[in-house]
Amino acid sequence: MKFVISLLLTALLSFAGGLYLPWWCIGICAFIVSVLILQPPIRAFLAGFCGVFLLWLIFSWSIDSANDHILSHKIAQIFPLGGISFLLILITSLVGGLVGGFAALSGSYLRSGTKRK
Amino acid sequence: MRIVPFLLSVTVTTVLIIVLSIPLANIPPLGKFLSPQHGFWVNADPVNKDFNEDLNFAQLKNKVEVYLDDRLVPHVFAQNDQDAYFVQGYLHAKFRLWQMEFQTQAAAGRLSEILGNGSNDAILNNDRLMRRLGMVSSAEKAVSEIEKNPVTKAMADAYTAGVNAYIGQLAISNLPIEYKLLNYQPEKWNNLKTGLLLKYMSYDLTGNENDFEYTNAKAVFSKADFGKLYPIRQDSLDPVIPRGTYFDFPAVMPLTPSTADSLYFQWRESADIVDQKPDKDNGSNNWAVDGKKTKSGRPILCDDMHLGLSLPSIWYEMHISTPRFNVYGVTLPGAPMIIVGFNDHCSWGLTNAARDVKDYYEIQFKDDTKQEYLYNGKWERSELRIEQIKLKGGDVMRDTVAYTVFGPVIYDKSFSGSNRVKNGKYYAVRWTAHNPSNDFLFFYQLNAAKTYEEYENSLVHFSNPGQNVVFASKTGDIAIWQQGNFPAKWERQGDFVMPGTDTSYLWQGMIPQKENPHIRNPERGFVSSANQIPVDSTYPYYIGGSYDVYRGLIINRNLRQMNGITPEDMQRLQTDNYNVFAELALPVLLKNVDESQLNAEEKKYLSIVRQWNLRNDPGEKGPVIFINWFDSLESQVWGDELAGIKGVFENPDDATLIEGLMKDSVFKFVDNINTPVTETLKDVVTAAFKKAVPIFVRVDRDDALSWGRYKDTRVRHLLRLPALSRSHVNNGGGIHIINATKQFHGPSWRMIVHLTDEAEAYGVYPGGQSGNPGSKYYDNFIDTWSQGKYNTLWFMKKDQAGDKRIISRLSFSR
Repeated sequence: MKFVISLLLTALLSFAGGLYLPWWCIGICAFIVSVLILQPPIRAFLAGFCGVFLLWLIFSWSIDSANDHILSHKIAQIFPLGGISFLLILITSLVGGLVGGFAALSGSYLRSGTKRK
Repeated sequence: MRIVPFLLSVTVTTVLIIVLSIPLANIPPLGKFLSPQHGFWVNADPVNKDFNEDLNFAQLKNKVEVYLDDRLVPHVFAQNDQDAYFVQGYLHAKFRLWQMEFQTQAAAGRLSEILGNGSNDAILNNDRLMRRLGMVSSAEKAVSEIEKNPVTKAMADAYTAGVNAYIGQLAISNLPIEYKLLNYQPEKWNNLKTGLLLKYMSYDLTGNENDFEYTNAKAVFSKADFGKLYPIRQDSLDPVIPRGTYFDFPAVMPLTPSTADSLYFQWRESADIVDQKPDKDNGSNNWAVDGKKTKSGRPILCDDMHLGLSLPSIWYEMHISTPRFNVYGVTLPGAPMIIVGFNDHCSWGLTNAARDVKDYYEIQFKDDTKQEYLYNGKWERSELRIEQIKLKGGDVMRDTVAYTVFGPVIYDKSFSGSNRVKNGKYYAVRWTAHNPSNDFLFFYQLNAAKTYEEYENSLVHFSNPGQNVVFASKTGDIAIWQQGNFPAKWERQGDFVMPGTDTSYLWQGMIPQKENPHIRNPERGFVSSANQIPVDSTYPYYIGGSYDVYRGLIINRNLRQMNGITPEDMQRLQTDNYNVFAELALPVLLKNVDESQLNAEEKKYLSIVRQWNLRNDPGEKGPVIFINWFDSLESQVWGDELAGIKGVFENPDDATLIEGLMKDSVFKFVDNINTPVTETLKDVVTAAFKKAVPIFVRVDRDDALSWGRYKDTRVRHLLRLPALSRSHVNNGGGIHIINATKQFHGPSWRMIVHLTDEAEAYGVYPGGQSGNPGSKYYDNFIDTWSQGKYNTLWFMKKDQAGDKRIISRLSFSR
């Protein structure tokens, strides 16, 4: 349950933060959530990772389908991903997920330290 | 606290964020670029995007309504001119911001700042070239002229304010995608940027000088041979102003300097410069037929400007209506007003005059500081302008440009331009675009012109780049003026590099505007231009430059024969792929090829070109064979003679060879001077064919012998990124053909206007209204364009706001 709540909260906070803050606010949001909701490091990492991963996945996927893949097809040639839109969505989500995951991991270590004292 | 793992994971997170926030080589900052809320995903417009908006700006005087139709063309209804230009600036920025800024940065010599120096400093050298040509100083002069006149100042200021109104409310996440790819941000707009854009057009359209090329050729050829290789006029020419037109006695009579024979024509030294010039084929077709020749009894005007094919497109379609005018046409993002189009009373179009308005002088400086130069026997002080070129990464390169009475020094020891100048001498460039002028007034008046007289009055304000301005009105007038600021030259002045040590070689005056070539309502019922020489030899001024011959020839032949013309006929003519050059040249080739010397494979290709219908349609194979055969013949004929030239040279025109062969069966250049035998025309034509056959075999193997595939037309993004470009457009056309589509160059705006009471108009350009590669409107006209089809231009009326063609409404108020 804690895992699901952390995940959803990370996604929600990251979305709200993204409206006003630079892209790396996802890291801060995942960090805050994992400080607030204590979880073991691995689970915290996964919650942070999945929270941002899913947010960016759903976000970019919905943009992409509304756009008929016009732009993702072009960017996936620049990068180069063979023009395959889905690969670009996947990489987008992975990048976001990694930042979210490591930030959440840091939060978890910080918190586990305080608790032990 | 688990300090080690904590620190470790904080470090990993921080490093990850930093790495994803900085650009690595050519890769944009990945985190920012990929974020669905900040990066490129934001630019992926929904295909059914809603553009409706209510906007408020304190700068507006009244309400302005903008209706976007289903092709995303804005129909602007304003209650005064300034509001209209404000909204035009806003819309240009909204749909084309990156492009308009990028083009002005290119004009200002500021691309290194964004793109880096380029390989072999190519970009930096281009920046230096722009500075040394005097682009920035000329743009400053133009802006000061514009701002001296209260009418044009108000217009430019309103436009600038409109652009800045858009930039001011633009969130970083909504920047055009090119800013994100290159990781930079737009500057505030100003009138100078608009001035730079105008100079950029001047630069692009006045590259018709061959001063260095001819100087080098002159060093090795006799006067007679030079005249045969680079004739001032071709026999087959059909000038813009029909032969036999009477010209008044000239007001300016330039005198050839007394030293010309010893100092100018007799030079034996090669200037040794590889010049960097805009595409020679930046040209166009336009014509107008009067009511006698049309089915409706009303004139029809056609215009078709040939430019580099680029995305975002150079043109942006607009309809602007104010109490002073109601006008539709194409605009240049970065500048106010309509450049080519029609209004309630008339229509106009432009083609390039292609006159030589750029001359070079060799300057003698006292020393390398370039502070003093020899002028009329004395040392004259030059004005030094230090150009500061910012480089990507923060460094600044300082380039000192010396300004003389002959113009800015473009080439010298310090600017070798990738070893393009090897002799270390100083060359100044004199260009008509250096002269102050307020070209805005021309468009300002022409946009609202009602009659021939108003058109004629507007012309006096237009200086550069010289254009053939075709005109037709609903009252039945048709006319064409070759308008521009043209120097009055003595015979062959400025065809070669001139001595820059005294007054005698300066331009002695400009041709008075009234003496520019023009014609109104001619007997033959049509006017036309296609970058051919404007006048025959009876025109009292020397006309230098190099001109296309064949498009003008075939256009005039068609127009002479046509009667009862409809707009559909004009569409067919404007997109016609008939190759009149091949009609003249191919019989000469076929007559002289010695088939007994050809093997079976070679004969196969010969029979293809023999059966060719002379049309450069996309499926034809004949054009590939003909063009390569003719090119091969040109190198056979000219190669040996031209090999003696030191430095850059210009190949003689296609017309020079074919006319030479047609009138002279023992054309002297046919013989290869490097062999003991005397080659005949049969020998070289046959050898040329045999040499070209391997090309046919190779492209045939790739299944690319059909013209459309061989030519492989591409509409390239300004950054040359293939992913943002449209490649392999399969269409017809080519050089010397009315449909002048080449690989990277072609018709940039085809327009046909039937001057009926309710204007009937058609147009198309190879691009789309949105500059955003993520929009479905980015390149949606390209297929229409490549198939030779047209969009109907809807001259919307204000009470048609409920029409189903309207997809969105933007409402601007205070």
